[in-house]
Formats: sequence, structure tokens, C-alpha cells
Amino acid sequence: MNPEGYLVLSAILFAIGIAGFLLRRNAIIAFMSIELMLNATNLAFVGFANYHGNLDGLIAAFFVMVVAAAEVVVGLAIIVAVYRARRSASVDDANLMKF
Amino acid sequence: MMPLIPLVTASEVAFWVCAPIAVLCALGLLLARKPVHSAVSMAGVMVSLAVLYAAQDAPFLFVIQIVVYTGAILMLFLFVVMLIGVDSMDSIVETIKGHRIASALVAFGLGALLIAAVGQFAVNGAPAGLAAANAEYGGNIESIAALLFGKYVFLFEASSALLITAAVGAMLLAHGERLKKKATQVETAAERVRAYVEEGEHPGPLPNSGVFARHNAISIPALLPDGTIAEKSVSKTLTMRGVVVDVNELRAPTNTAYAAIEARDAAIEGDDE
Repeated sequence: MNPEGYLVLSAILFAIGIAGFLLRRNAIIAFMSIELMLNATNLAFVGFANYHGNLDGLIAAFFVMVVAAAEVVVGLAIIVAVYRARRSASVDDANLMKF
Repeated sequence: MMPLIPLVTASEVAFWVCAPIAVLCALGLLLARKPVHSAVSMAGVMVSLAVLYAAQDAPFLFVIQIVVYTGAILMLFLFVVMLIGVDSMDSIVETIKGHRIASALVAFGLGALLIAAVGQFAVNGAPAGLAAANAEYGGNIESIAALLFGKYVFLFEASSALLITAAVGAMLLAHGERLKKKATQVETAAERVRAYVEEGEHPGPLPNSGVFARHNAISIPALLPDGTIAEKSVSKTLTMRGVVVDVNELRAPTNTAYAAIEARDAAIEGDDE
């Protein structure tokens, strides 16, 4: 089928991810929104790969997944470290560098 | 002859089934109050995206999406949610004025812009499909392997460095560093005596739960000889949760027993007279 449907779906998911990242105060949910945005771009990659008929888009999506896995590991470790020091996972409470 | 019903392919059916599920689950992620509900919605998004990959002739990514994203990354998220507190609710107080409206506007505007851009550069013609590209080396996985270990081999090597760095970084960050020095036994003893001198705190161990009460479960407070509760006999956490047994409930069986004994005594004394 046409890739337009996939691209529109990808745009919608990306916008929801942006909204989640901007609106939610819980660091874990903000982080999950970032994952949602990465997934949305992956969908666009696969849609374009299918449209153009070559596999480079799939490779790009594969590497996005690799980077996302590394990012999740480090990001969640940071969230746990911040929680251990400050007893809170809210992004509002981590304000040591606030001017 | 043109068929009356337009031909619907399997991939279109998959799209129209999975796309609404993905959007609904994404909205669930955005709107759920509890982090666990958000994580479960996220799992829904990921599984429906995996089905969409399968519908677009990308079986390798379909499996990777389920194994790596739904299986590994999301479970890691759930672990951290468990670690940090399942029932921690998001506060709904706006800390910055107009923040929510502005964020919603930004997200909505960006979505509208992206969708408009897709509509603007409308792609013409049917998609080429991955069947030919997949068949080149005898299958999807073989063709991806040929690309990965041929054209993109240096990127592949670099990603291994990235993964090792991430693993080391996670170990360093998650390794609990002691924020305060651990108190030695001598220091604890000195602290106890100091508390006794200055505040009159009993230096010995805390009272057991359930002393003089009829059970010794940890939620049953000890009763003092005068019938009141020894507050230190029950953990503070249990007191905060409100599962501590009420003192009147504890005293009731004793009181009825005493009442019965006294009644019998009175009856016996009455017989004597």
C-alpha cells in the first residue's frame, strides 16, 4: 500500500511523543516518550525502505534500535542514580543547575 | 471488469487494524496517571509497530522489535518503575504558567506540520516493495546481513563500541555510592548513650510486638501494664500504612475475660452469704 499512511501514522506518533516529553513530569514517562519518537522515525524508515525497494532503510532502523538500547541503559541508570540521591523521579525536583 | 470492492491487500488490513491501536496506545502513554499503565500502553504501541513491520516485508525488524523493544527495553523500564515506586502519581499542578497549553500547541503544531509535509510531497505510484531486494541474497535476513557486514561494517563496529561504553556507563551510574560514612558499632553505642543522657531515650532494644496482647504478629502493638500501646513496638512504616491493630480491639478479649471472672467471683461470694 501507499507509504503515505505509514508516514502520517509516524507523524502522529512523533507528535504524541513530543507532547508526552513536554507535558509529563515523571522522568520515566518522559523517557518513554523519547522511545516513542524513536519508534515513530523507525516506522518512517521502514515505510520509505518499502517504497523505494531497498534495504538501507531497514539498516537505519536497526541502528536506531541499537542506539535506543544503549540510550535506555544509560538513561535509566541516571534516573535511578538521581532517585537514590534525591528520592524523587520528577524532572521538576532535579534543579541543582537552575540559575 | 472492474471489481466493485477495491482490492484490499493483507498489508492494508494490517495497517488499518494496527494504526488505530498504535495511536490509542500512544495516547494512553500520554494520559495515564501511573507509570505502569504508561509502560503497558508503550508495549501496545511497540507490538502494533512490529506487526506493521511484518506487513511491510521486514520480518527481521519485526522480530527485533518484539525481542529488543518489547522484551528487553520495556522490561527494563518496568524494572525501574518497580524500583522507583509503582504508585507514584504525577502531580497535576502546573509549575510554569501556561506550560501545558504551550506544550500541547507545540506538539499539535508539529504534528500538523509533519502531516502537511507528507501531503505536500505526495509520493506517486505504487511502492516498489522489498520482495526483490529481499530475494537478492536469498531472504530478508541474508540480504540485511550482506549490507550490514559489507557496506555498513564500520558502522556496525562503531555500534559495538557504543554498546560497551553504555554497559560500562550503566555500571558506573547504577553502582550505589555511599553518601554518608557507615557508622561503626562503637559510634552506634555512643549515640545510644548520648540519646539516653540528653533525651532520656531507653538505651536498650525496642520492645517486642504483641507483648501482653493475645497475638505476636508484627502489626499487633505491645500493651503496657496500664493497658496503653507501646508505640515503639510496631514499625513506623506499618503505623503510616494504618494496618496497626486498634488498642480497644486488643483489650476487648481481656476485658470480657476479666468481666466473666468477676461475675463468677461475685456469684460465688453471693452463694456464701
